[in-house]
Amino acid sequence: MKLIFERSMPGRGQDIFPECDVEIKLPQAALREKEAALPEISENEMGRHYTELAKASRGVNDGFYPLGSCTMKHNPRINEKMAALPGFTNIHPLQPEWSVYGACKAMEMLEHDLGEITGMDRITLQPAAGAQGEFTGLLLIKSYHESRGENQRKEIIIPDSAHGTNPASAAMAGFKVVVIKSNEKGMIDLDDLKAHLSEKTAGLMLTNPNTVGIFDDNIMEITRMVHEAGGLCYYDGANLNAVIGLVRPGDIGFDCIHLNLHKTFSTPHGGGGPGAGPVGCKDFLAEFMPGTYSKDDGFVRAEKSLGDMTGFHGNFLVCMKALTYLLTIGAEGVPELAKNAVLNANYMMEKLKDYYPMAYDHTCMHEFVMSLEKFHKESHVSALDVAKALLDYGIHPPTMYFPLIVDEALMVEPTETEAKEVLDEAIEAFIAIHKQMMESPESVMACPVTTPVRRLDEVSAARHPILKYTAE
Amino acid sequence: MGTFIPNTKEEQLKMLNEIGYADFDDLFKDIPAEARVQGELNLPKGKSEIEVSQIMEELASDNVVFDSIFRGAGAYNHYVPAAVDAIANKEEFLTAYTPYQAEISQGILQSIFEYQTMMCQLTDMDIANASMYDGASAAAEACAMTQDRKHSTIYVSDTVDKRILSVIKTYAFGKDSVVKTIPAAAGATDLAALKETLEADDKAACFLMQYPNFNGIIEDGDAIAEIVHGAGAQLIMSVNPIALGVLKTPGEIGADIVVAEGQPLGLGLAYGGPYLGILATTEKNMRKIVGRLVGETKDSQGERGFVLTLQAREQHIRREKAASNICSNEALCALKASIYLATIGPKGLKQVATLCTSKAHYLAEKFEEIGMKRAYEGEFFHEFVTTCPNADQLLDALEDNGILGGLKLSDTEILWCCTELNSKEDMDDVVEIAKEVFSA
Repeated sequence: MKLIFERSMPGRGQDIFPECDVEIKLPQAALREKEAALPEISENEMGRHYTELAKASRGVNDGFYPLGSCTMKHNPRINEKMAALPGFTNIHPLQPEWSVYGACKAMEMLEHDLGEITGMDRITLQPAAGAQGEFTGLLLIKSYHESRGENQRKEIIIPDSAHGTNPASAAMAGFKVVVIKSNEKGMIDLDDLKAHLSEKTAGLMLTNPNTVGIFDDNIMEITRMVHEAGGLCYYDGANLNAVIGLVRPGDIGFDCIHLNLHKTFSTPHGGGGPGAGPVGCKDFLAEFMPGTYSKDDGFVRAEKSLGDMTGFHGNFLVCMKALTYLLTIGAEGVPELAKNAVLNANYMMEKLKDYYPMAYDHTCMHEFVMSLEKFHKESHVSALDVAKALLDYGIHPPTMYFPLIVDEALMVEPTETEAKEVLDEAIEAFIAIHKQMMESPESVMACPVTTPVRRLDEVSAARHPILKYTAE
Repeated sequence: MGTFIPNTKEEQLKMLNEIGYADFDDLFKDIPAEARVQGELNLPKGKSEIEVSQIMEELASDNVVFDSIFRGAGAYNHYVPAAVDAIANKEEFLTAYTPYQAEISQGILQSIFEYQTMMCQLTDMDIANASMYDGASAAAEACAMTQDRKHSTIYVSDTVDKRILSVIKTYAFGKDSVVKTIPAAAGATDLAALKETLEADDKAACFLMQYPNFNGIIEDGDAIAEIVHGAGAQLIMSVNPIALGVLKTPGEIGADIVVAEGQPLGLGLAYGGPYLGILATTEKNMRKIVGRLVGETKDSQGERGFVLTLQAREQHIRREKAASNICSNEALCALKASIYLATIGPKGLKQVATLCTSKAHYLAEKFEEIGMKRAYEGEFFHEFVTTCPNADQLLDALEDNGILGGLKLSDTEILWCCTELNSKEDMDDVVEIAKEVFSA
């Protein structure tokens, strides 16, 4: 595929702007010496270019997308249509309150619904993504301890199965990361937790169900232990789709949470954002919340607000998509997400477990993890190879090499929006690859063969980075 | 209720039975009873698509879309070419995941590579990342990039948008970093104070300036760069991308890191988001840059391809030692910015910048004629501050006429902004209304 710069021809372009209707006047300041070398391209050529790029990309409508921990569910079209209403897209974030009554009301509705779903008393929509939500939640915990003069609480406990963002967020919030072990069932090792709790404990960050797809049934005991040690409990909402409507983090001892609207609440991932990472907390943390929240048709700031995560109200249009979704599925539809997400995952796991060893022999939640360690030892076929082989079946590979506690891991999350026959086809593909692995492992290692490019050389990309186009 | 679950209740039950569960309760039996929600959540009942549309349309219609807008202050009312949304809304772009699986994500990866290139062209810098959340959080992460064991203090000009400063301070709270502001003189950074302060602090990590600044004034980048570098600190410029169509570039000035709110590049006002954080830097900072990067490479057949690269800086590899926790960013917004820049091209970028600044100069002159003088004398781009007898009175009168006036800074000061969308007639109307209000 040509780069857009390689399609550029001097003198070409598109007419967007009118003649200036006042005298041309540039500031008497130092001006740019040379023009930015942007593409010069007609609308038709540009359209072709991006259509070519789109065809070399993969959206959720291109087929099964069982990417673990990412909840690649269907993105309803109505969400997009509603978020594109001019009454939402053409309003300035600094308009007077009387002129944004609808936006304020809509945000209040979403804050209410998310609070009800999570069992939290206050929600802020300001964080722009999940990782920023984590950072926000940790700053809440930090503000709380500091307000009580307990500045020595500098440790955040994180299980070894956690997403990489958890420790990274904790470090950004100034905490020391204390990693605790998972037991043979993939759950928190209570003894190890106990051994690490102290007067230095600021809190625990937990994803439940965790990243191996298991609901930690000691959860009430875990949050009780952390509270008893004076710490707070943070719920990473990445896996909320597994329990939404059935379990509320606020009811099982969590003090603050973040949600990923682009996972659980059906807003599209956009090839890596924009998402939205609303944060919820219990009343006793609400005075520290960042940004503003809606109240009585206006916005107010928390008394001891810790500041702002983004410049304005967060990713407002993403929030409007999530609100549209919640209005559609409603109270009775919310638990259906969890039930069917869990059913679909167990259905696949059950049908595959005779072929692929599962990391944990246990009913899974919305996702399951298989370990290809055995195959890797026997025939050198790795998790990566199986992932790449799935590409040739038109299936987006599962998440690879995560969680870190499972060797040669593949993590499969089908989501609730997949039909049984899609799951059946994927099961057949997995089984066919298994057969191929047994008969001709080297052919699996040569996959994919049907994609626009073959396996890419990541090592030389990192060793000799080429991060932009340079004209020859 | 609306549902997006394909399998019918009967199919669900059949699947459950097929894998050995009697029903859903059986499937969820591992979740302790005390952890379970009792009864139904207090949420509205589900609705049909038509009913949902009606509710959302009613909410949208409860917002006022002003016919003409003279407010900027961090969010700018520019024209969005038709191609931008038409292209960016293609399902493959809209719904794809982060391009970890390079073989089936070449389109997204290439679009990010092209975006990185365009940002380098725009700012005249060596490298740009794949995007940040918004301009403010990009500024905050840029400050953290400049810190090391010997350099920790973050300096920010008082002429920087207070919203950006607030996010910088919030991020700094995390690492217990010190953020200090450098005062302004005549609406621009006080260079003498900057020099004196930085020279007295051997722990200075960076100085962040806004270009043009919050008051609209074009700061003397060359002079600031000399002072900052002389003190051994890094210069971070928070820029308006449209202004770079005509103004001397951060690369020419010698900035170490450039951040920007990318919203003016085809994203619309959107009540504040999603926007786009632009972050670009020098080759020297390559291993310290935060966020995702796409690099060019070859596949096993020797064909050109693109991959996410230098991932050893990132959270999924480095965990607590990562340069940042950023994961999802604003890829689709970055794509929109690329389409915007490809649509308008180099000539269009210069043209839109020229339109904005010419119109702002026209309006400033007209205000001057009726006695609304500019608060500061410095050269400006498309925003400027005027004094007036009563800011509320004028802004109310404008709102009554369907015009969103400038942003009130104090009882007698307003920050105005003009873009290519403000016609001469609209500007004359504003001046006429101001004249009436203050002569009454």
